[in-house]
Amino acid sequence: MGSREKLPPTVTLAVTRYRPEEESEPTLQTYEAPYRKDWVVLDALNYIKDKVDGSLSFRWSCRMGVCGSCGMMVNGEPKLTCAAFLSDYLPGPIRVEPLQFFPIVRDLVVDMTDFLHKLKKVKPWVVREEERPLSEGEYRQTPEQLDIYKQFSMCINCMLCYAACPIYGLEPGFVGPAAIALAQRYNLDSRDIGAQERLDILSGKDGIWECTFVGECTKVCPKNVDPAGAIQQYKLTGAAHWFKSVLLPWGRK
Amino acid sequence: MTGGKTPFLWTLFSAGGTLAALLFPVHLFLSGLAFPLGWLEAPSHDSLLNLVQHPLTRLYLFFLISLPLFHWAHRFRYTLYDGLKLKHLTTLIAVLCYGCALIGTVVTAYTLWNVP
Repeated sequence: MGSREKLPPTVTLAVTRYRPEEESEPTLQTYEAPYRKDWVVLDALNYIKDKVDGSLSFRWSCRMGVCGSCGMMVNGEPKLTCAAFLSDYLPGPIRVEPLQFFPIVRDLVVDMTDFLHKLKKVKPWVVREEERPLSEGEYRQTPEQLDIYKQFSMCINCMLCYAACPIYGLEPGFVGPAAIALAQRYNLDSRDIGAQERLDILSGKDGIWECTFVGECTKVCPKNVDPAGAIQQYKLTGAAHWFKSVLLPWGRK
Repeated sequence: MTGGKTPFLWTLFSAGGTLAALLFPVHLFLSGLAFPLGWLEAPSHDSLLNLVQHPLTRLYLFFLISLPLFHWAHRFRYTLYDGLKLKHLTTLIAVLCYGCALIGTVVTAYTLWNVP
């Protein structure tokens, strides 16, 4: 009981506001929200939206680290705001900004077109020569075959890794951590035959060779996907293809 | 294919990093701590010379010295590019970095070749 009195009654949040019809530049606006030990940044944002300023815009959905929509910069670090406890940022103020390196649409909402475009380019689905008819049953896989790609399949497309990647900040063309990890997720799937189709994008001009192994993508990933690991793994594949194409130039690409 | 010579340079970088991470600690421990502090009996000059005269030892030393130099060159090149934002000097930086590694490699080869 005694400790309850020591808790701050409120916490200050400095939140990015950007209303393109009113402002030409994003600015920070401060709000007060009640402090609760079990509240996360997203709870505070929802409190502000409900009780203080209904015009504040941000994306969220599941509140439990599954949907990947509430990613923002919290005190300069990419975080899922549903998993960023207020108690870890005391005494505040807590700076809440949209994911960096993405164009801002409004307030905390970023434009994710670039990521979706890149994601589609790496064909993140099971590529098959020919689909078997349903009557022939499912494509079976052993637990060992599943283990090979399972970690990379945990990605929730939250884009925290892009906001953490200094290379993506410097080279906006870079395919980027999540898209490469997801490409690897399908490359390593025993049911997939699309590795060759993904090769040109992955080891092309904006692919894996842009990465200098900073490793921040893996550090911020809320699902422990380890995109940096996926990229280094694919560099070995890319290098093997390069040596093959140099040593056996007459062979098929 | 694509990526220019990057895949090749990355292979040197990667091999050099692996060697440095796995073997440098062993050498540092032996010749930096264990021998000078007397934890292990230091080999005599003659026995070391004998060891280095063996072609396999020389080959080992060649890779142990040369590949980590290329590891450094690759890492330092990107540190200059991205860290200091000197991408406009790309050719000069690449020539300087890999050039240094190449010079180090030639000196290493020359020295090892001329072991008496």
